Amino acid sequence: MAIKDMYDVVVIGSGPGGLAAAISAKKAGADDVLIIERDVELGGILLQCIHNGFGVEIFKEDLPGPGYAQRFINDALSLGVETMLDTMVLDITSQRKIYVSSKTYGFRIIEARAIVLAMGCRERTRSQIRLPGTRPAGVYTAGMAQRWTNVEGYMPGKKFVILGSGDIGMIMARRLTFEGAKVERVLEIMPFLTGLTRNYVQCLLDYDITLQLHHTVKRIIGNDRVEAIEAVQVDDKWNMVPGTEEIIPCDSLLLSVGLIPENELSRMAGVLIDPVTGGPFVDETFQTNVPGIFAAGNVVHVYDLVDWVTEAGFAAGDGAGKFAIAQKKKAAQSINLIAGNNVRYVVPHRIEKENLKDEPIRLQMRVRQPMEEPVWVEVHDGDNLITRKGERYVRPGEMVTVTLKPKDFDAIRKTDRLTVQVVPR
Amino acid sequence: MTEEMKKLICIACPKGCTLDLTMSGDTILKIENASCKNGYEYAEREIHDPRRMVASTVKVKDGVHPLVPVYTEKAIPKRQIHELLKELREVEIQAPVEMGQVVLADVLGTGISVVASRSLPKAM
Repeated sequence: MAIKDMYDVVVIGSGPGGLAAAISAKKAGADDVLIIERDVELGGILLQCIHNGFGVEIFKEDLPGPGYAQRFINDALSLGVETMLDTMVLDITSQRKIYVSSKTYGFRIIEARAIVLAMGCRERTRSQIRLPGTRPAGVYTAGMAQRWTNVEGYMPGKKFVILGSGDIGMIMARRLTFEGAKVERVLEIMPFLTGLTRNYVQCLLDYDITLQLHHTVKRIIGNDRVEAIEAVQVDDKWNMVPGTEEIIPCDSLLLSVGLIPENELSRMAGVLIDPVTGGPFVDETFQTNVPGIFAAGNVVHVYDLVDWVTEAGFAAGDGAGKFAIAQKKKAAQSINLIAGNNVRYVVPHRIEKENLKDEPIRLQMRVRQPMEEPVWVEVHDGDNLITRKGERYVRPGEMVTVTLKPKDFDAIRKTDRLTVQVVPR
Repeated sequence: MTEEMKKLICIACPKGCTLDLTMSGDTILKIENASCKNGYEYAEREIHDPRRMVASTVKVKDGVHPLVPVYTEKAIPKRQIHELLKELREVEIQAPVEMGQVVLADVLGTGISVVASRSLPKAM
């Protein structure tokens, strides 16, 4: 499908937050809604979350991640939401211009009346938690290992230690066990489980996988490949307890040590970020400090249930849809002045229709190129000439004007844009 | 017979209530601290016939991905999980795949089917 230059609502990201936002923007009355997704298919991280447990709140059903996503993908597409896949957003401005790049579409600039940021979050990496030791292959974030195992068909290792008792870590412990690997240990630095208790039961207890609270990795051992990790107990202040070290032989270490909202694009657009959540400051419609830019889901703060992400997406999409409609209504109340042939700019940039009364309006402009011959300075509404004024010549150094008179006002009230151009007489 | 106390963590929903069971041998005398009826059902079943939903993948020929995720429509007996996984490893299906398509019917005589979790188009 051809991508337009302007959309009512553009959603960035097609995970649960983005899909819900696109659907509710449409339902709120937005005419064109576009989802931009960097992967080759819609669905986001749900596609690799093949375990069940999704949708218990929204559908009262126990669905696997891809099935949960598919329901929303089907809804969005049947509502006429447009998509731009395999496309990277490079920049967003506070004026809601979106710069994208893609193999299929090339470099494009797309304008949006409203934007929903739904980029989700990223996993915390080894360097962000400063794990000492060598730097062999075999140290992966849990989500990376999940993508390989569940989507791409590679097993990342045979013998695992998992650091962090978050949900992805515990779910991967079970998943890797299913695929024939041995999970030697799950280590958690906190004195409590950081994921859901049900996952402790159905992912670790069910398969006799040992969880050690108050434990962390002291160092990674191995040159080309992980050979072992040294685990150690910590006290309440996270100080290592001497004498509690244990070498655990393994070929892989998975990290499930937290998620960080992904807000590089938000910052480019001037969106203010709450240092506590790592996500934008938002109001109850999930609108950020930048008018018309909304944010939904894990990009705002990290959720533990996808159902809630969907709910946030619905709210943000509704807000964005209504904002776009209000923008259009407002735009219909004003007339934009467009610089046409040999005109560099026109001031004023727009005229409010309610101000069209008895006073004439003088348009001021500069030309791009000198024209040393008699010319017309013309004002068009696209179909008809509204007014024109003759000049003996025009030069960039000399400002040019043309005046809209009250007798022209009835004609221009019907339009939302006027083009000003300079042509030979 | 002597009464015995047993704790179970309910996995029926993300809440994860800790249930307190009073047992006499294999008989449940009392279930306490469940915050909904699912908790009572879970405890009954967990004691007498523990079951789990199982999600895994099977191989796909000519799909956009080499695997398609699958899951059991209903929870299957816990002791049969590894046997089921062994069977799934032998399965290979042809793209395109439709969400809900039966990948393995009546697994291990349970009457429960394994179905595709998503649709998977053919690779271009």
